[in-house]
Amino acid sequence: MNSRVFHPKSYLREGFTLRSWLTTRDHKRIALLYMISITAFFFLGGAAATLIRIELATPAGDFVTDETYSKLFTLHGVVMVWFFLIPSIPATLGNFIVPLMIGARDLAFPRLNLASWYLFMLGGVVTLYAVFVGGIDTGWTFYTPFSTMYSNSHVVLAVTGVFIAGFSSILTGLNFIVSIHRMRAPGLTWYRLPLFLWSLYATSVILVLATPVLAITLLLVALDRFAEIGIFDPSRGGDPILFQHLFWFYSHPAVYIMVLPGMGVVSELVACFSRKEVFGYHFVAWSAIAIAGVGFFVWGHHMFVSGQSPFAGLVFSFMSFIVAVPSAIKVFNWTATLHKGWISYDAPMLYALGFIGLFTIGGLTGLFLACLAYDVYVTDTYFVVAHFHYIMVGGTVTAYFGGLHYWWPKITGRMYPEYWARGAAILIFFGFNMTFFPQFILGIEGMPRRYHVYPPEFQVWHVLSSAGASILAIAYALPLFYLTWSLFFGKRAPDNPWRTTGLEWQTPSPPPKHNFERTPVVKRKPYDFTVKGKARAQNA
Amino acid sequence: MPDTRLAEQFVDLRQQHDVAELGIWVFLATEVLFFGGLILAYCVYRSIQPAGFAEAAHHTKIVIGAANTAILMTSSFLVAWAVTITKLGEARFAGLLLWAAALLGLVFIGLKGLEYTLEYREHLLPGLGFDYPGQHAIAAHLFFSFYLVATGLHAVHVAIGIAVLAVIGRRARQAAYSGACHAPMTVAGLYWHFVDLVWVFLFALIYLPGRSG
Amino acid sequence: MTETRRPPLILVVAWLGLLALLSLTIFVAYLPFGLANTVVAIVIATIKGAMIAAIFMELRQSHGLTLAFAGAGFFWLGIMLWLAMADYVTRPNFPPL
Repeated sequence: MNSRVFHPKSYLREGFTLRSWLTTRDHKRIALLYMISITAFFFLGGAAATLIRIELATPAGDFVTDETYSKLFTLHGVVMVWFFLIPSIPATLGNFIVPLMIGARDLAFPRLNLASWYLFMLGGVVTLYAVFVGGIDTGWTFYTPFSTMYSNSHVVLAVTGVFIAGFSSILTGLNFIVSIHRMRAPGLTWYRLPLFLWSLYATSVILVLATPVLAITLLLVALDRFAEIGIFDPSRGGDPILFQHLFWFYSHPAVYIMVLPGMGVVSELVACFSRKEVFGYHFVAWSAIAIAGVGFFVWGHHMFVSGQSPFAGLVFSFMSFIVAVPSAIKVFNWTATLHKGWISYDAPMLYALGFIGLFTIGGLTGLFLACLAYDVYVTDTYFVVAHFHYIMVGGTVTAYFGGLHYWWPKITGRMYPEYWARGAAILIFFGFNMTFFPQFILGIEGMPRRYHVYPPEFQVWHVLSSAGASILAIAYALPLFYLTWSLFFGKRAPDNPWRTTGLEWQTPSPPPKHNFERTPVVKRKPYDFTVKGKARAQNA
Repeated sequence: MPDTRLAEQFVDLRQQHDVAELGIWVFLATEVLFFGGLILAYCVYRSIQPAGFAEAAHHTKIVIGAANTAILMTSSFLVAWAVTITKLGEARFAGLLLWAAALLGLVFIGLKGLEYTLEYREHLLPGLGFDYPGQHAIAAHLFFSFYLVATGLHAVHVAIGIAVLAVIGRRARQAAYSGACHAPMTVAGLYWHFVDLVWVFLFALIYLPGRSG
Repeated sequence: MTETRRPPLILVVAWLGLLALLSLTIFVAYLPFGLANTVVAIVIATIKGAMIAAIFMELRQSHGLTLAFAGAGFFWLGIMLWLAMADYVTRPNFPPL
């Protein structure tokens, strides 16, 4: 339904100067600022990955030196984790959609929102500078005492950059939590919230509680290196494992920061493109909270072989099995939603289906790793690398692309070219599996991670993986081209191109600066497709 | 000149106040975890070297520490007083109380500086000519590393708090706040109380061990 | 001092109470109670902290959500301390001689 007499000015037309963008308080513009930044970082991290895969195509270390290789995988990890994955869905799709989904005019703290982007950019600039003046070779995990005592690279600069970017995360999480609690439209009770918001809320809790621990940990690393306070130095009574406890207390929940928003997106996509409400809404909603909560109890599974006590290992292993349960609940409920749904295979749905399959593989291999005895065998091998890439890339990146396509009409007011998008989605799926499945095999065979020299019998798998990576690179570049094309030549989008429920679709595409002409009043639960094919909007 | 500007994303002043209060509590939770990492380090190392930590703690200046605790708690009292009477319309007087609290904060920083100077002269500060006799040198180094980082970070928070109190105090003096609209004062107050709270715990961990040896 | 300028009694009592507890904790620290010294110090600090939170920070007048947020940081810190210390106390050479 697209009839409106009065055409409000879209947020894109509220000022065309650079200044209007750089001083904006509009959550939609801030979302776009983030989108541009993280896209740039994605391709930087991808460039590092390309060089890594080129090197790994041959068993000898003939493309780059040992030190350069260390710097490449560190760059890849640092950039992809902190400057792409963590902000990806929350700071782009979240920032844009959350106020729209709750029927608000903006987030609770618009100026803090802009500040968070500036902090992100400052952290990015500092980190890039560290890379520019020589890089770091510690791995993204900055393990001590190598990072504090022996590395000859720019550790202090790099941790400073990440430290600054961490505050960006905290502000985003703070904004979402307060907004979801206090700025919902009338009638929008918790159990009427779309599942994307439940997931982002859970993500925000982790952002707010875990990131400060990373901050203090990195500060201590910098002080240890700079002033030699010896807190992680064994010769001064320090314990390197303390670093690992502190680091993983943040970094394990951090992986849930990365995957939970993706799960939220998938819930939206599965409902819309099955034209069915999400099966077991309450279970899916609370499972997000459970993942966020239990996710704080499992960090020691990264430390099974570190020298941690076996008793602690046992506890962490057990909790790691428990944390898989809510994720599994989601997968089952999405599957049940698909069952007897009225399925359409638009590009966002292809991404959602890809997520469900790839996340399941990644999640199941996580259970292998949760099993202490098995983890001892595959730890620090490519099995772990494959596991987390299935979740992070097969999961989060796939969901990010799915959400990007789904909300693209709302954000830009244009439709993307559907067949190009479907083609890219399928190519991503194939390229991804070809890149990362061989890595499971490599890991079981014993190929260590972070090595660029390996026995010749591993080469066949590496070549497969590198070939897959080249397909993946093309597949990821495709959206960059056709989405940009659509900005100028795409069909103009109606308010609700997918004819789905949800408040964000009850306002023009793109929305006006204040989102809604009048504050919507919510009358029903989300995903109301009671009459098949006919969506009833939440405020209708 | 009342500050009744309602920000455009809010429905009413009450929502604006509620949101500000919730926001600062979320922020304070992040601060608990920020200092918490240091607390973990303290717990780990103290449990490994209890005797060493106790002996090292004996060298801290309890008189200055106790005075600082009393100063901070008093300033917290002044701030709580100020927030309460602002709701009754006494913003101007509250401004004076906030400035007094900020002044006490400055005294805190001054005493801290004095303390650091004395410890520097006694070669107790890691990275600054640390030299500790006896078998517990390593434990002492760890203890004073924790001491320096924790109290240093805390002092940074105090400094920020002083600036905030000074600014909010000035706006209060200009009667910018009232019963209906005092969110910035609530937020500033909660921040300052939190800084006090952290110090209460740091005092117990730093100044009290090993006194009965 | 006019009625509206007076500090509420509860605040004055809390302030004096905090000073009293400060004196108490210092006094007890000098008594040879061994391990109990640490426990007493932490307990008193917790009481002081609770008083600051409840009275100065007005948590006693706050509703559930604010209390939950206020407690969340400490609860999560508790998780970190508990599980990490569980590693150290169950290691073979702990406690050290």
